[in-house]
Amino acid sequence: MAKRIDVSGLTAYYGSHKAIEDISMTIEPRTVTAFIGPSGCGKSTFLRTLNRMHEVTPGGRVEGKVLLDDEDLYGAGVDPVSVRREIGMVFQRPNPFPTMSIFDNVAAGLRLNGMHKKSELQDVVEKSLRGANLWNEVKDRLNKPGAGLSGGQQQRLCIARAIAVEPKVLLMDEPCSALDPISTLAIEDLIGELKERFTIVIVTHNMQQAARVSDRTAFFNLAGVGQPGRLVEIDDTERIFSNPSVQATEDYISGRFG
Amino acid sequence: MDPMDPMDTPTQTADAPPRTLRPSPAEQKRAARGATRPGDRIFLGLSRGSGILLLVIMAAIAVFLTYRAALALSKDDANFLTAFEWNTGLVPPKFGIAVLAFGTVVSSIIAMVIAVPIAVAIALFLTHYAPRRLSGPIAYVIDLLAAVPSIVYGLWGALILVPHMNGLFGWLDDYLGWTGVFSWDQGPPRSMLTVGVLLAIMILPIITNVSREVFRQVPRTHEEAALALGATRWEVVRMAVLPFGRSGVISASMLGLGRALGETMAVATVLSPDFDLHASLLNSGGGTFAQNIASKFSEATEFGRDALIASGLVLFVITLLVNGAARAIIARRKEYSGAHA
Repeated sequence: MAKRIDVSGLTAYYGSHKAIEDISMTIEPRTVTAFIGPSGCGKSTFLRTLNRMHEVTPGGRVEGKVLLDDEDLYGAGVDPVSVRREIGMVFQRPNPFPTMSIFDNVAAGLRLNGMHKKSELQDVVEKSLRGANLWNEVKDRLNKPGAGLSGGQQQRLCIARAIAVEPKVLLMDEPCSALDPISTLAIEDLIGELKERFTIVIVTHNMQQAARVSDRTAFFNLAGVGQPGRLVEIDDTERIFSNPSVQATEDYISGRFG
Repeated sequence: MDPMDPMDTPTQTADAPPRTLRPSPAEQKRAARGATRPGDRIFLGLSRGSGILLLVIMAAIAVFLTYRAALALSKDDANFLTAFEWNTGLVPPKFGIAVLAFGTVVSSIIAMVIAVPIAVAIALFLTHYAPRRLSGPIAYVIDLLAAVPSIVYGLWGALILVPHMNGLFGWLDDYLGWTGVFSWDQGPPRSMLTVGVLLAIMILPIITNVSREVFRQVPRTHEEAALALGATRWEVVRMAVLPFGRSGVISASMLGLGRALGETMAVATVLSPDFDLHASLLNSGGGTFAQNIASKFSEATEFGRDALIASGLVLFVITLLVNGAARAIIARRKEYSGAHA
């Protein structure tokens, strides 16, 4: 179910501005891959190219290849809508639909996929909320608005919404940066459980978080001011944090810059 | 925000030890309103004064309307609410608003039924579909439509729209005439339907503009949430944009409805009024409050004016009720409005 992502020679633009250049990497199934790097180095942009969300930004366009198993996401005739149904995303700020109840938030993606039977929806919603470690906190108020939950709960609601449609890959763009430490811990535990079922890619500013949750870590950096972001290296997390092969990585991780 | 968080309640000084510079209770009260400095005090006075002035004006209008209306109503020999005539010159006078109320409500409903869907569609097109270099000019043209004086709409309606309604009326009569609502006596199409169409064109810009503002304010994160679930553009609109904009569209519609209910010159120019109740929307006749007042006011006696003012009072009440209903609709789903998200 979880799938491998193979990126080769990927370059992304905002209008005429080149944001990231020539990125190639492989993301293994059922692992957690963390993207770290200083602000503005393009790690979020890169993440958004993986489910074709980059191109919804005005002026956003992409060159290069992203293979999901063997299918090129940017191939001719590939519908970005169907790509996004296979590759889920969780955003920096929790963004449940404010006009929907907790139940309807989780059911939103299922309904898009044509599931309308109440009993089926109930089963999947419960399973997804359990999967997001939120069920016990919300089971008595599924019909209350999702926006009434705490920030950490909202973020887990968004994770439940994303996993309800059984994506092949789950992308997370700094999912804990707006949360307190307790909620952050809850999400990190959840990531550990979710990687049994999904391929997970997480962008984080928090290097301890990368070290805690990920199996592989990719370090991004700018070649210089005004230059596009590049992938410096990707390796096993343990190696990146103990003995990286590039000096810049070590400098960043040890806090010498960034 | 968490109400238990001690950081959120810095003004709580109940158990702080007394200080020598402790402000007097009156000063504390002023400080709580943020009005200790001269600028603050002036602004507080101005804003509070404006608020009070508004209430005073409203009350003055209500008192004026009620007083003059009472003068007329005490002498009305017919049932004011149900009579189908307006003869203030008779002794005793007989006048009633049934036809006016019916015409006002019906023409406004026709206008809303036509204008709201089109306005919402235009607003969605401008904010979510049209390329940016197209949406700017279109929005500008719509703004221009809003600036056209209503008498110009009235002239256009009488000279251009009315003759062109013949075709539509014939078609409606052929296919839907059996309902009674769309039967046509082949008379001049100066009827409620024509008035409704004209009003729809007139209220379209305001509904479009307000809706467009609302749709533009839909947080990007909500739209991205829908996109990331694999929503198509239409599904994004349905999941994120329309629910968020719902209360705004209702407000916009109420603004439009307010204009339609009170529209005077355009209706007076297009309609051939009479004081019968017409079941058909196509046969000419009927009337609205504002049109009736405008047509009769200049030639009315003192008593005739009082009677017209009484009808104006009813329009005033209808407008208040409509606004109240709209507020109730908006408030009922406030916790889902997204305002606090």
